[in-house]
Amino acid sequence: MEYFVIVISAIFVSNIVLTQFLGVCPFLGVSTRISTSVGMGGAVLFVMTLATMTTWIFQYYVLNPFGLGFMQTIVFILVIAALVQMVEIILKKVSPALYQALGVFLPLITTNCAVLGVAILTIQKQFNLMESVVFAMSTAIGFTMALVIFAGIREHLEMMEVPKGMRGVPIALVTAGILALAFMGFTGMVR
Amino acid sequence: MIELMNYNSHILTLINRRTMSQIKNFTKGFLKENPVFVLLLGMCPTLGTTTSALNGLGMGLATAFVLTMSNMVISLVKNQIPDKVRIPSFIVIIASFVTIVELIMQAYVPALFEQLGLFIPLIVVNCIVLGRAEAFASKNTVWSSVLDGLGMGLGFAFALTILGSVRELLGSGAIFGFHFIKGDLMLVFVLAPGAFIALGYIIALINKINKTA
Repeated sequence: MEYFVIVISAIFVSNIVLTQFLGVCPFLGVSTRISTSVGMGGAVLFVMTLATMTTWIFQYYVLNPFGLGFMQTIVFILVIAALVQMVEIILKKVSPALYQALGVFLPLITTNCAVLGVAILTIQKQFNLMESVVFAMSTAIGFTMALVIFAGIREHLEMMEVPKGMRGVPIALVTAGILALAFMGFTGMVR
Repeated sequence: MIELMNYNSHILTLINRRTMSQIKNFTKGFLKENPVFVLLLGMCPTLGTTTSALNGLGMGLATAFVLTMSNMVISLVKNQIPDKVRIPSFIVIIASFVTIVELIMQAYVPALFEQLGLFIPLIVVNCIVLGRAEAFASKNTVWSSVLDGLGMGLGFAFALTILGSVRELLGSGAIFGFHFIKGDLMLVFVLAPGAFIALGYIIALINKINKTA
């Protein structure tokens, strides 16, 4: 039951992009086609779950026992950067097909604030390892969902006649705002 | 004689051009190359922390500090860092300054630190900071890197304060806590959707200004 609450709240109620404003850069950057946004979503799902697991272990087995809590930011970003690099190398060797699909997005993920954000959030929320993994996965699913919906809208938007000054980024931001308005409907569903 | 005069004027224009370009290093961050409104970098803190003008300003100044200091240190050590490990080294330098800011803010402005929350440690992954380190500080002198960092950082703070003021005014009728309008207002502007919508319209406006200027 508790896991169910975590999943629902991470995907809908406090959607990472539309209510927490994490990962807005890729949300605006790679959301012009549905196919690319699915690829990006897959890469984020993969990296976010792995990164959260690794940083959780680092926090509770390295930082806390030695009283190095203040090093959290430095350690986490290094772990994530190293992890992304490692995933890229391993994926290239083990599964070239998957690498073809996700490869382009991997370097972008190091600077995706959603990954570091979720890693820090799980520590702040004092989740245990299993809860952290579930939280990370459902957050990534929420991210992918927002991205795909937004890409779908933007594909249609391209064929619309938008006032000249609003073309491009401004209309995309206003659209995202309306999408966020829709997600506000979920507020209060959990707790 | 004429040659000497020519030489003199040549030197003068060179000096002039140098000071001009130094000034430009500083001022370009405000409108022409504003990191938020024009380059569209650092969107997450821009949207996430601008619920009021004060929060926006606080976040902007914290980022400006990190940007200036990391630009300075990176341009100082740029020749010592091997090319292959340059990005990880930059990240470590940036993360150190972020930790410094985190600890200082926690000690002296705990209320603001609480409000900004997650976004302070997330300065590490702000594309502006790493972007300036890679594009400017790793190629230029210390002094122009500091000016560049300061200009870009203050441009970022400027953008966040503008967005924060607009949202605070439309949402609760105040700027920096001073009330201007009484009565029911559009609360949605303080909430998440308002951030996207307000920023969209401000960017359209800035595009218009930059095009006519």
